[in-house]
Amino acid sequence: MAVAFDEMNIPGGDLRPAYQELARWLKETPPEALEYRRQEAELLFRRIGITFAVYGDSESTERLIPFDVIPRIMSGKEWSLLEKGLKQRVKALNMFLRDIYHGRDILRAEIVPDDLIFQNPVFRPEMNGQQVPHDVYVHIAGIDIVRVDAEDFIVLEDNARTPSGVSYMLENREIMMRLFPDLFARHRVAPVERYPDELLAALRSVAPLSASSEPTVALLTPGVYNSAYYEHSFLADKLGIELVEGRDLIVKNNEVFMRTTEGLKRVDVIYRRVDDDFLDPLTFRPDSVLGVPGLMSAYAAGNITLANAVGTGIADDKAIYSYMPDIVKFYLGEEPILKNVPTWRCREPKDLAYVLDNLSELVVKEVHGSGGYGMLIGPAATKATIEAFREKLKREPEGFIAQPTLALSTCPTCTASGLAPRHVDLRPFVLTGSKRTTVVPGGLTRVALKEGSLVVNSSQGGGTKDTWILDE
Amino acid sequence: MLSRTAENLYWLARYVERAEYLARTIDATLRVTALPAAYIGKTNEWDSALLTAGVAASFYQKYEEANEHNVVDYLSFSVDNPSSIRNCIEAARLNSRSVRTALTSEMWDTINSAWIELQEVWSKGTSTREDLAKFLRFVQETSLRFDGSAYRTMLRNDAYWFSRLGLHLERADNTARILDVKYHVLLPEEEHVGGPLDFYQWSSILRSVSALTAYHWVYRETLKPWLVADLLILNGTLPRSLASCYDNLVRNLDQIGVAYGRQGPAQRHARGIRNRLEHSNMNDIFQHGVHEFIQEFITDNSRLGEIITKQYLI
Repeated sequence: MAVAFDEMNIPGGDLRPAYQELARWLKETPPEALEYRRQEAELLFRRIGITFAVYGDSESTERLIPFDVIPRIMSGKEWSLLEKGLKQRVKALNMFLRDIYHGRDILRAEIVPDDLIFQNPVFRPEMNGQQVPHDVYVHIAGIDIVRVDAEDFIVLEDNARTPSGVSYMLENREIMMRLFPDLFARHRVAPVERYPDELLAALRSVAPLSASSEPTVALLTPGVYNSAYYEHSFLADKLGIELVEGRDLIVKNNEVFMRTTEGLKRVDVIYRRVDDDFLDPLTFRPDSVLGVPGLMSAYAAGNITLANAVGTGIADDKAIYSYMPDIVKFYLGEEPILKNVPTWRCREPKDLAYVLDNLSELVVKEVHGSGGYGMLIGPAATKATIEAFREKLKREPEGFIAQPTLALSTCPTCTASGLAPRHVDLRPFVLTGSKRTTVVPGGLTRVALKEGSLVVNSSQGGGTKDTWILDE
Repeated sequence: MLSRTAENLYWLARYVERAEYLARTIDATLRVTALPAAYIGKTNEWDSALLTAGVAASFYQKYEEANEHNVVDYLSFSVDNPSSIRNCIEAARLNSRSVRTALTSEMWDTINSAWIELQEVWSKGTSTREDLAKFLRFVQETSLRFDGSAYRTMLRNDAYWFSRLGLHLERADNTARILDVKYHVLLPEEEHVGGPLDFYQWSSILRSVSALTAYHWVYRETLKPWLVADLLILNGTLPRSLASCYDNLVRNLDQIGVAYGRQGPAQRHARGIRNRLEHSNMNDIFQHGVHEFIQEFITDNSRLGEIITKQYLI
């Protein structure tokens, strides 16, 4: 694999401009001082209780995501390009969803094959012809971005269902400002703290017509045992809205109410962090106790807005991903600003043959998987693992896609043996309301803490960094 | 506010209060049992500790004998005892987590830190008296910090009032339970009045509700059983007396009623109990029977809990 693009150091010894001040500061700061603040940061995280749960890990049901105190820095110029690309991408996602559940022009134009939609388990026939307020499906999107050079931003994955991680963007900044006021004083870092306000404004802007002029918004969580529960409570708190569970809600005459100490109170917009499958036991999984019976009929009656809408999974599905450049062109008539990773669709015999021949060099992902589970990283896998995967792939080729192993960009990171480059990705959050789309300058930078590792997922030992966009 | 949020706040306060009460009970029992046998008499103090905690039956399913080691373990650290101190803190943290939005950061920090300390320092229980003393102090300090941060940082709205309801209801229950178990040593007509045995029993009761110093301030007298009963039942200036708990319950329920523009059975029931306490004096109570009085109170008090739940929390 080629040497990865480093975001701080230019080969030959020069520094990229955005990092010059940081490098100076690092030179002046003794390693012990850095280590001391690193420990301080960990203590703060634990005290605040910012934890996440790891599924299938009974030993420690609550863990901290390791936090790296060295910020990841991007220039304002780089950001404005990225921002433009993100808005373009999310606009296309929304138009695609609107089309899939209504006219289906894109299928007729044969840009995307029918069966990829209709045989896809995340396609929701319940949404056919259903009007959603202002045609917004994806109110909150988390687009995973990687870099391999100084020019391009590449989308690794679109998250259009219930993307998480924004609490880390906000808390990381909070803690960095507390621990490194001196470092902030030497930079002009664009603030991220208006995210909750922007989110609330976006949610209120898409309230249904039958809502009052002061719509009530609530955040629906699966409950304290969910891995992202901390984030749910954190956001509800910052937005000043109720954090509800399914059992707090009741549907009467196709309206949704929450049970309060003063009786029932109508809810107009639900920022739901519960997956489609669990939303309404009457429509989806009958065994779900997380949902609200009748919610889908209230939704169909237009009395409640769900954010994100039901059925958005069809837009961020890994099988659809490879069509995104065409989707952008089809709806917007523009060249996509953000690149896609070249992707082999194993459902196509020609691609499958190539993938099977080159398994040891490719990354193979389950079309419906997430969180870094169930994927094969060819260059890092043993022969036996590759052979086992080959069998799986042959049995069910349509369940997989393959991509080249990208040399993700690296950033300086604290390690046991001092600062060293580690691979990173970035998840910015894109908010879409009735009138505008906004991206708060920043996002969640995830870092693979193990040397050489390319897996940044928190469930697989990744950490996070504060992401600085310089205001120039 | 959400009914579930109110319910969580209410129980959160109850758990913290209960943990503190258990710690005080153990502390007081340790003091009494440290005395030479002649001072204690034949009663097994560890047995009464179990009784005042209301867990005697489940204890004997697990242990043969109520001695210091077993009872301290069961009341403090046992996973099997649903109201052990450990489980109270555990439950308080779980409740806090599900209502984080309704807690101030100071309250959350108190509970979360206590929970972390419980895991990191006390997960194996205590092996020495010194350790145990430290543990009991930790529990009491947690409760004080929690209560203090609630008092100092919470908005005075329904979230605060529901949390206070839990606190005072639990506190009234605890005080009443001590009286229920120990009422016999408070009876004035008992023949061994004034013996050294009783003195230590009375002071132990007072200690378990942190009222020993208060007694002297209020009565400026040596310990007298009927005054001990008077202090714990009727004296409105002692925060842990039944009268005081009910002043608070009535006030907090009124505040909820005013804010919601509606009174209900909870308000009426609480007022009824408060009026009964207000119009009682120790003479009548002794004549009526202390034991009966206390038992009626315990029933009435848990009835209030049920009414509050039905009216607001579900």
